[in-house]
Amino acid sequence: MRLFKFVLIFALLFIPFTIHASVKEYTLKNGLKVLIIEDHKAPVATFQIWYRVGSKDEPAGKTGISHLLEHMMFKGTHKYGSKVFSNIIQRNGGTDNAHTTKDYTMYHQTLSSDRIGLSVELEADRMRNLLLDPKEVTNEKNVVMEERRMRYEDDPQSSLYEEVISTAFKAHPYQWPVIGWMSDIASIERKELYRYYRSYYSPDNAFIVISGDVKAEDVLPKIKKNFGNIKPSKRSVIKNRTEEPQQRGEKRVYLKKEAELPYILIAYHVPSFPHEDSFALDVLSTILSAGKSSRLYKGIVYEKQLALNAFADYSGFHRDPFLFIFGATAAPEKNVEDVEKAIYDEIEKVKREMPTEREIQKAKNQIEAGFVFAQDSTYSRAFYVGMFEMLGNWRLMGKYLEEIRKVKPEDVQAVAKKYLTDDNRTVGILIPTKSRKEEVGSGK
Amino acid sequence: MESKKWKMLFFVFCFSLFIFHFPFLTLSQAHAVEIKKQTLPNGLTVLHAERHNLPIVMLTLLIKASPLNEPADKAGIAYLTAKMLTEGTQKRKASEIREEIEFVGASLDTSTGSDYTTISLSVLKKDIEKGFEIFSDVLQNPSFPEEEINRMKEIIKGSLRQSEEDPSFVASKAFIKEVFDEHPYGRLVNGSIESIDSIKQDDIIRFYHEHYLPENAILSVVGDLTSEDLSSLIERHLGQWKAKDRSQKTEVRKQTEEKLREKKIIVIDKDITQANIIFGHLGIARENPDYYAVSVMNYILGGGGFASRLMKVVRDEMGLTYSIYSSFSGNKEPGQFEVEVQTKNESAGVVIKEILKQINKIRTETATDRELKDAKAYLTGSFPRRLETSRRIADFLAAVQFYNLGDDYIEKYPDYINRVTKEDVLRVAEKYLNPENYVIVIVGNQKKIDLSHFQSPKNVH
Repeated sequence: MRLFKFVLIFALLFIPFTIHASVKEYTLKNGLKVLIIEDHKAPVATFQIWYRVGSKDEPAGKTGISHLLEHMMFKGTHKYGSKVFSNIIQRNGGTDNAHTTKDYTMYHQTLSSDRIGLSVELEADRMRNLLLDPKEVTNEKNVVMEERRMRYEDDPQSSLYEEVISTAFKAHPYQWPVIGWMSDIASIERKELYRYYRSYYSPDNAFIVISGDVKAEDVLPKIKKNFGNIKPSKRSVIKNRTEEPQQRGEKRVYLKKEAELPYILIAYHVPSFPHEDSFALDVLSTILSAGKSSRLYKGIVYEKQLALNAFADYSGFHRDPFLFIFGATAAPEKNVEDVEKAIYDEIEKVKREMPTEREIQKAKNQIEAGFVFAQDSTYSRAFYVGMFEMLGNWRLMGKYLEEIRKVKPEDVQAVAKKYLTDDNRTVGILIPTKSRKEEVGSGK
Repeated sequence: MESKKWKMLFFVFCFSLFIFHFPFLTLSQAHAVEIKKQTLPNGLTVLHAERHNLPIVMLTLLIKASPLNEPADKAGIAYLTAKMLTEGTQKRKASEIREEIEFVGASLDTSTGSDYTTISLSVLKKDIEKGFEIFSDVLQNPSFPEEEINRMKEIIKGSLRQSEEDPSFVASKAFIKEVFDEHPYGRLVNGSIESIDSIKQDDIIRFYHEHYLPENAILSVVGDLTSEDLSSLIERHLGQWKAKDRSQKTEVRKQTEEKLREKKIIVIDKDITQANIIFGHLGIARENPDYYAVSVMNYILGGGGFASRLMKVVRDEMGLTYSIYSSFSGNKEPGQFEVEVQTKNESAGVVIKEILKQINKIRTETATDRELKDAKAYLTGSFPRRLETSRRIADFLAAVQFYNLGDDYIEKYPDYINRVTKEDVLRVAEKYLNPENYVIVIVGNQKKIDLSHFQSPKNVH
């Protein structure tokens, strides 16, 4: 969720200068697509490789396998030992990491542009030659279980998020947490990981984005040399086909956990980009939630003082329809029921009164400026191009800009009426339970 | 009268603006960014770097106002004062400031850390006039309305309470209190529920007048803006910014560098699955000449991500954590050394034992050539990346000035690092790591935490 909040702020574009001209596209014979964005402002470059596989592609009972495989990608190939990849990148002043989402898995390095060949060589190596040492698999499963404890089990607000998502979807695999359920993580075996790796980690199921101080004519031969010989996987890739049936009636879920303050999440099923309603939904979430002049902050945090924070998050960058999520932390001594009602009041207000032209213009300005600021980082530049490629084609970015510009107040009102309905929502409430004591000891 | 003063200032600008230039090297000459530095007649230090890759301007104003300048019973006043700057001025209401800034897609935020406060403006070039004017207004004319103070206090207190849900926050709060005791570094920057209640409007106004002075500030501007345009903006909007009364300046207290006399283990019970552990003690100040040797040593021990010993052993070999790292906070005054880690409750003792083992090892055995070489290569080689964006450069330049690192800091940094020897690493590990007297805070499920592994018979009485 954190990732997508970040995306939300920057990804709704309105570009004052053309980015299209600066993206160069190539496709190798094995199906691997390469997108290069040249930008010579600093001697830095970012390499990203995106695999079209995420938790939505996982078999039941093996949730978290995409993410565990992502971890294993750092644990050695036939040529390089465990963590040697990261050590080489760091030794060259770079940084590397990866993340897994419901739809894709992306690996990235940012380093001095004259070292970009390292990324090319190392990523090509681990696309085909992963070791998956059984001992390392066992070890890494423990690491991921610790990660799950840290991120979800011991974080009450994240736990509620997990509850709400898994309640909102009854059929679609978006219901599963990317990190997986604890018992599923424990049950994944080496041979399952290997099968998964050989199916999905194939040049025709991936694409590369490079951004920064590089020249396409220098870097392309390196890519051809290292990736060109990797044959596409013979195994047929299983893509999810399940569609979530229409929800007919509110769902509610409560979570009782040690916490300080009640927290609420309200999620509505909505279409994803590039659905025709996705643009107005983006503008709607900006009006409701971007900055302290937004409606939720002004109404619920500032004027009514019911909540410490309040947000609306439209995660339109999904392959399949996902959710428009509202959230708020109740202020001390305030009722979460009143917070819930205040959120509905804000929703009804949009349905009842047309947003002003100025408000719509402000949202578009925020989207535009946020995008321009993000262009200063080679990572973000590559990320936006990659995100649109993942959703279909990087050229959709241009369409997106045009469509955002066209959004009118009545479009925003219309999508609020269409999707933010009682029967389409899932409400989750965190009810704090509390008990804590402290013991001070001395070693002597 | 007014116009005379302006003319005089402008005159000074013309002469002072280009006095001191220094090149700012990011790896290769081709990408050098030139930095201009000047001190205005009112005492304000201005740093400026032109970058024309995007139509944006990033501005950071650093003010020497932090917990170091607070009385203990008003803890949180530096943070609260900074937060109140954007909550109303003599000519704008809080809602007007937000609306004007956000309408042009800009952001204007304040942030307070251990040593200083920053006001940051991020704005498109086409809106710099408006952005700079509002920035100057909140800096010079905040009105600190009583009603807005009360709202802000409620939000800060509420957030403090919500933070208690986060076990690593709970651990950190207990840890700094134990290490620093009465020193301001031992308190949370945003204060406590009690101290915030005790802060009144008069206190904020007084704190503001004592610290928000041009000679107490550093302005750093990076982006698509020429020197002429910047000096015009400064002249028109900051020309009136004057020191009020120098005699009122509060003194920065001195750190007592007393070593901890005994080890202390604090266990805080929480119904959670992991033990959140912080191990550590007092560290060093940023100005300490050993800072660079300590940087290299800490990279090897636990600062270097997957390259560090702690990560290699506790995560990769033992599978006992997702994250473990060590750090030295090189602050104005000596900050803390800490190792932070989360592991399932049952493994807490094993992990602490391993941390102690690694600390003992780096204090007694020289690092390998490979380790030393890798640490230096990373620390020097990552510089261009760390200064990739205008926002990062603006913040960095202000901090370099604040910590007196020198106008040639960027050029010299590789030397500072490359000069470090294996013997230095051993020496600073021995000097600044203490395996005898330390603080351990563990937040976790007390019933499941087993500490028998590291509490050897000789230190359990």
